[in-house]
Amino acid sequence: MFLIPDPVGRFFHRMASPPHFYALTEKLMPWLVAIFLILLACGLYGGLYLAPPDYQQGDSYRIIYIHVPSAWMSLFIYVMMALAGAIGLIWRIKLAEIVAISSASVGASFTFIALVTGSLWGKPMWGTWWVWDARLTSELVLLFLYLGVIGLYNAIDDKRTASKAVAILALVGVVNIPIIHYSVEWWSTLHQGPTVTKMDKPSIHVSMLVPLLLMAVAFKFYYLIAMLQRTRLELLQRERTANWVKKMVLEQKL
Amino acid sequence: MKPIRRQRLILIILMVAGIGTAVGFALKSFNENLMYFFSTTDVLAGKAPKDALFRLGGMVVKGSVQRPGDGLTVHFKLTDFSKEVAVEYTGILPDLFREGQGIVANGKLDGRGVFIAEEVLAKHDENYMPPEVKASLKKQVEGK
Repeated sequence: MFLIPDPVGRFFHRMASPPHFYALTEKLMPWLVAIFLILLACGLYGGLYLAPPDYQQGDSYRIIYIHVPSAWMSLFIYVMMALAGAIGLIWRIKLAEIVAISSASVGASFTFIALVTGSLWGKPMWGTWWVWDARLTSELVLLFLYLGVIGLYNAIDDKRTASKAVAILALVGVVNIPIIHYSVEWWSTLHQGPTVTKMDKPSIHVSMLVPLLLMAVAFKFYYLIAMLQRTRLELLQRERTANWVKKMVLEQKL
Repeated sequence: MKPIRRQRLILIILMVAGIGTAVGFALKSFNENLMYFFSTTDVLAGKAPKDALFRLGGMVVKGSVQRPGDGLTVHFKLTDFSKEVAVEYTGILPDLFREGQGIVANGKLDGRGVFIAEEVLAKHDENYMPPEVKASLKKQVEGK
């Protein structure tokens, strides 16, 4: 009755029952993949073909269709990972712990893509591959946080203990998320200010904005697909002695 | 919520809030060092280091870019729309370097108050638009 009502807690407990989750995600998967592919095709066609060139950068601005959604995802996934970690810590829900660690490698990949594409764009546009300004540095710290989470998880043999340690590390790192987002406003940086995620009207022409948003939603679906697949695998591994897994193997569903 | 879970939730909230406050204070005290560059006003107010490399950021003043001789040396002025600083640079400029564009230069001041840049980086702004939109915007401004 305090902070989180009991019915909500009960709903999550039912959802988090491993056999229920495993069956549900199996049914959802083809739909998720279909939506992802359609969004990705529309976003890429719109971004690389339909959208006009930029008045200053010409065609090289098109890297934003990968760079910006990846950077958004790197922050979004981190928050998801920390939230799942917190749920795992508080309610000791096994599934939440697995979702947290399954998010880490997907998030690390998106962070890496954001850093690399930014660097490739920075050389011709800024005149340098890398600068130690607040935005670039804090994004690099995010990559190290992800790698720290993955490393810590693999360093501890007991996976339930590992999950608790990882959740605390992830929660400590949450402080970096607002720093990354606001770095370009709080300090003078070489990285430009926000174009879309600000209170004002986005400072990007609508013909360029629509494919960008399509790509952002497509990347969200990709995260869901990759995270759920990793979660299912980890779930099977942890529950290999459980009855529902044995039953499934015997019925040759695996 | 069971008392033990409530306790854990409160503990987590306190932990995140505590770390947030600590990092907030740390960043506040390092505020100056986290600035990637000095503005032209800072430099003229004497805030920038003397005899040491520092970064100067600003907009290239329209009509100020000059190339004396046929070498790679460029003279231009930077402004933050209140004060101007003269800059001298020898080398290849980035693609986005042009008049009215924001740039960040790394170098130091000489005795005459001219900033001798060793490196010039273009600072891109957050605006993206097709060339036709830019042209019609320009026309509107000129029409006024």
